Amino acid sequence: MLAVERITAFYGAAQALFGVSLAVGAGEVVALMGRNGMGKSTTIRAICRLTPPRDGRVSFEGRDLAGLAPHRVARLGLGLVPEGRRCFATLTVAENLMAAARPGPWDMARVSALFPRLAERAAQRAATLSGGEQQMLAIGRALITNPRLLILDEATEGLAPVVRAEIWRAVAALKAEGQAILIVDKSLHELRALADRCVILEKGEDVWTGAPAGLTAAVTDRWLGV
Amino acid sequence: MREGLVNLALIALLPLVALGAQAAGETYFVTLVTKATILALAGIGLNLALGVGGMVSLGHAAFFGIGGYAAGIAAHHVFAGTPVLGWPLTVEGTDQMPLIWLAGIAAAGLAAAAIGAVSLRTQGVHFIMITLAFAQMVYYLGVSWKAYGGEDGLPIYLRNQFPGLDTGDAMQFFALAFACLLAGVALVWQVSRSRFGQALAMARMNEARLAASGISPYPVRLAGFVLSGMIVALAGALFADLNGFTGPSMLSWHRSGEIMVLVILGGVGRLCGPLAGAMLFVAFETWLGGLTDRWQLFLGLVLLGVVLFARGGLIGMLAGRARHG
Repeated sequence: MLAVERITAFYGAAQALFGVSLAVGAGEVVALMGRNGMGKSTTIRAICRLTPPRDGRVSFEGRDLAGLAPHRVARLGLGLVPEGRRCFATLTVAENLMAAARPGPWDMARVSALFPRLAERAAQRAATLSGGEQQMLAIGRALITNPRLLILDEATEGLAPVVRAEIWRAVAALKAEGQAILIVDKSLHELRALADRCVILEKGEDVWTGAPAGLTAAVTDRWLGV
Repeated sequence: MREGLVNLALIALLPLVALGAQAAGETYFVTLVTKATILALAGIGLNLALGVGGMVSLGHAAFFGIGGYAAGIAAHHVFAGTPVLGWPLTVEGTDQMPLIWLAGIAAAGLAAAAIGAVSLRTQGVHFIMITLAFAQMVYYLGVSWKAYGGEDGLPIYLRNQFPGLDTGDAMQFFALAFACLLAGVALVWQVSRSRFGQALAMARMNEARLAASGISPYPVRLAGFVLSGMIVALAGALFADLNGFTGPSMLSWHRSGEIMVLVILGGVGRLCGPLAGAMLFVAFETWLGGLTDRWQLFLGLVLLGVVLFARGGLIGMLAGRARHG
């Protein structure tokens, strides 16, 4: 479905990615892991062409994404939930969702069913939501574009344990429905249970790829330990 | 909720003052209220670009002036008995406002599409400067267009007509301008509640996030910019008829600044902010302007105070810091 082949990316003169490859198949959940500053978010930005890669190739369902504007990439079916629960603060919950909606199985009703709290707060401005609710709204906004691949960048970062559990429950429900997901997160425990495959980044390169069962202490200590 | 009440009060204030002035026999004040009404309409148009879409345009005088020139040119040809265009098809002048407005709005829409198409490829200071540059080009076009008065502009000897009204009557002309203002407010209100308006607000807040939702920011902004220019053009046409004059002064960058000042005074992105701003502006111009030529110094101080201490502008002071956008 998604194939990323040896991409490099730069912020101005600073090189952030030195050749990252990964793949996500239909219905698969792939976890992108690594310590802070190793290029996880940059990889996500490069895939969505918010920071276009300089070398290498990103293709989605066989189509090369080179040269496409970010909104075109989104329309092909990549639904990004950006880092930092980014909602449009002064718009209401319903407006945030409505503006992004595109035809498909995901509509207001289905998003509300996944996150009942959003339905309760439909008329509230996004700025007045709690952090967890804003994250739910950000996920809902990505889902209502009816993406074929959902990309979650640090969806549970900085949230209370109760709220994290709710987000993980939703992600598990999405996986059960066969939604393909590329996820960046630091919660090793949940990712082990959820991911079909894990990709570990180190200094802008993928250094380890495998099933979560292969995440032995040796692997996690070497690449993920602090 | 509270902002809604303040908005209604502001809207109601205009006809109340106009009627009061009329009853007191002070036609001059009716004209002043009409001026505030028209400037408010221009501000509401600019606010769509500036407040909702976050496009800080210093070039809206171009659209204001195009509207004004539409009124001036049409009236000029009626007065002189010559056609506006002789070839390839004959277009006669007209003194009918609905036709003039249509022509002015269409011309401004085309100009805004052209200016916006180029300007919106830039951002920030570059956008401000490029809109300013385009407006200056239109300004110098006006200055050099001798057939239409060049630097001296065009007088409108007889106010253009509106079916069923005596536009020469101050009160009736006010009513017409007020109806246009109401239409403008209703339009901007509807637009900002629509899906398009939300996308426009999103483009202001975060372009990348909007793109991540599969919506291209550029056409959304361009449509907002064009619509904004068209509303300002209607205000320009009314303004020319109010003053019985159109000229390069309507196109100058001072005018762009003035419209922007009243938007900021009233409250950027607040539906009726420009109404409050325009009323204060005209009040300052009239009363302080009568006392001293340097009234703009005091306006500047007020503007400074609003920017520093009342971020929601006058509306923010009256209705609290409510939603922006």
